Amino acid sequence: MPFLTSFKTLKRLGILGMNARNVNYISKYNDRKLYPLVDDKLKTKLLAQKAGINTPKLFFTLSRQHDVGELQKRLEGLNAFVLKPARGSGGKGIMVIASREKELFVKANGEKVSVEVLMRHVTNILAGLYSLSGTPDVAICEDLIIADSLLKSYSYEGVPDIRIIIFRGYPVMAMLRLATKLSDGKANLHQGAVGVGINLQNAQASHAVMEQSKVLVHPDTKNKLSEIEIANWHELLELACKCYEMTKLGYLGADIVIDQNRGPMLLELNARPGLSIQVANATGLVPRLKEIEKIKEIDPDPKNRIDFVLRQNWF
Amino acid sequence: MIKYTFYFIVSALIALGCFIAYERHYHTQIPFVPGQSKSVWLIEAKVEFEPEKKTPILVSLNIPDKIPGYKIFFEQSSSAGYGFSVVHDATQKRAQWSIREASSKQTLFYKIQIAQDQSDATSQALEYLPQYPEIIWTKAEELAKQDLLQKALARSSNDETLTRELIKLFSSVSMQESSSLLLLNKKRVDVINAILNEAGVKSRVAMGLLLEDARRNQSLTPMIEIYHQDRWMLFDAMTAKQNIEKDFFLWQRGGSLIELVGGSNAKVSFSMVEQNMPALELAMAHYDDSVFGLFSIHSLPIEEQSIFKMLLLLPMGALITVLMRLLIGIRTSGTFMPVLIAMAFLQTTLLPGLITFIMIVAVGLMIRSYLSHLNLLLVSRIATTIIIVIFIIVTASVVGHNLGFNTGMTVAVFPIIILAWTIERMSILWEEDGAKEVLIQGFGSLFVATIAYLVMQSTLIGHLSFNFPELNLIVLALMMLMGRYTGYRLFELYRFREFKDN
Repeated sequence: MPFLTSFKTLKRLGILGMNARNVNYISKYNDRKLYPLVDDKLKTKLLAQKAGINTPKLFFTLSRQHDVGELQKRLEGLNAFVLKPARGSGGKGIMVIASREKELFVKANGEKVSVEVLMRHVTNILAGLYSLSGTPDVAICEDLIIADSLLKSYSYEGVPDIRIIIFRGYPVMAMLRLATKLSDGKANLHQGAVGVGINLQNAQASHAVMEQSKVLVHPDTKNKLSEIEIANWHELLELACKCYEMTKLGYLGADIVIDQNRGPMLLELNARPGLSIQVANATGLVPRLKEIEKIKEIDPDPKNRIDFVLRQNWF
Repeated sequence: MIKYTFYFIVSALIALGCFIAYERHYHTQIPFVPGQSKSVWLIEAKVEFEPEKKTPILVSLNIPDKIPGYKIFFEQSSSAGYGFSVVHDATQKRAQWSIREASSKQTLFYKIQIAQDQSDATSQALEYLPQYPEIIWTKAEELAKQDLLQKALARSSNDETLTRELIKLFSSVSMQESSSLLLLNKKRVDVINAILNEAGVKSRVAMGLLLEDARRNQSLTPMIEIYHQDRWMLFDAMTAKQNIEKDFFLWQRGGSLIELVGGSNAKVSFSMVEQNMPALELAMAHYDDSVFGLFSIHSLPIEEQSIFKMLLLLPMGALITVLMRLLIGIRTSGTFMPVLIAMAFLQTTLLPGLITFIMIVAVGLMIRSYLSHLNLLLVSRIATTIIIVIFIIVTASVVGHNLGFNTGMTVAVFPIIILAWTIERMSILWEEDGAKEVLIQGFGSLFVATIAYLVMQSTLIGHLSFNFPELNLIVLALMMLMGRYTGYRLFELYRFREFKDN
């Protein structure tokens, strides 16, 4: 593999660069005043509930240091849950409790912790340790997602999620992110997770990368990545496309998980989705974005938009 | 539409920056390149005379006023015991010395420093035409004069060529008879001037100095000056040479050079020397009264000036950061932290600056990693880090000073709050993304800071940004242009290396 590619190649393949993304898409299609809707996961969640979009069930929120003392009481009867900051970025500050053992809580990696540890974690969240700019934050307690068993078998720990880029309400590219030992159970590509490009039209894996290089099997679970096919694909795409109406953000990244019992659920939205999805798909975003830009009137029905995209031959 | 407005604003900014800079250069002569020097003439007029006993003495010397092609930026008289003042009357400027009484031979000095300056050489008013006493010509002289004038008129087409031809005829062998008759007991310039005046040419006799380095005991040389096409033109009365303003400094136009009351045997002699002066200093010394002088940073007190000197470098540093991030894609810790670090480097110089910066951050990170076990709230943690940074800086200064390093003291210029945030951000980055990311961003920041430092400390950039602050409008326009740059970053060639032509 060559160490560098050339400007010409990138241009010819229609790879979207950081500068072009910021100038031509994000600043053009995303109204800045809408950012808080996606930067604050609590707001996204409430908005999604109102719009009838499936999200993990919200148990309770804690917004004041004073409330932290009540944590034990609020957790009564909850066996599996997730504690996370409303404005965390890059999956920071998420604590997953998979089960309880007497007085102790068992984390997803098997570690047992006391309620004091959870209280301190909530205190850190409230102080803004994980929030983007260090501002005081709100802690969210929500239902734990039980990953769909088929997809789960591909991932090393963690819950696989599907990132879909939605441009003006039309899906343009999708990728499945699988945690690895290297990424420490996290589904972030730059931390070493596997990114699997998913063909929008047939829901099958088209290409897969890890650490920027092509891979054929998952490094830990050894499953063949090319065999992946996402079930309920249309339902999933529809859920993602609805986020456009919900937020009015023109250039959007939707992170979706598939729960074993409740099906596809919106996990979070991103107004500045990354560019690695192009590497996972071995395809550039620019040609697709240009095609979508040609559409004069956006169809108000997400189903029609998906049908439109699936009919196109430019994928 | 927005696009056109944007490019209009950008080009307007660039044009405005260039225009103001050029105007400032033109009017104030501040050079665009630092270290330029200009030649300056120091001319000294020495007045000698013998005083009459017990008589008040008044010496009046004709001195140069507004001389086209030259700027006077320094004049001075030295004469012990004399009262001195410069008086202007309608036509001339005179230096006056006065004293109640004096004995033995007296010597007075008048010094003037001049520099060539062509900025106002466009057109001149016919301000002053002296009246010359009429010369009574004899019959033979009248004939000779007419002969010369007719020949010159026949060979010329206007006042300029007439003057030239007339002067040449005085030197030509064929006209020797006529000319030598005229010059028998009259001065050549006076004769030529008189003929020109009678022929209707506006001419006068100008007295000046031929500028030659290290000359002493010079006297004024007379030249013919005519007013033609809205400007005065100088002619060498011997050779008819023109455009001699460059080497000829006009001292006096009409009037008498020296007037002496209460003395005799007045004699004026000149000596001159060519000096080199920094062009910038020259410009500073003389142009405080122009519009640009008024609205320049140089009009501020020195202390404020040095603050602005730093401040005006900041846009350039910011531009470097913008280029590094948008064109190359270097990741830094905190967007403009590198520029502020570079500003600190300006005072510590590069290597000591780099060493102290790395040392402070490293020690800070070590102490900060202990703090993270204490589970402090964010605000108090940052505050704690700030105090730790202050302690590190104080310790470094004291230790450095005691070990004999001067750099110890300059450590204090590092922006403390920025350092504290850098440490905080690096520490969180370390915990979340590992040491590799810390090294990437830390190295990136220092790299950008070093480049910004190298640019900012260059004398050319410092000179331009301080003396031509309007050039920062161009920097501004470039930054705005970069804000619309949609091309790939250099680092994306690596990031997307998987993509290749097949």
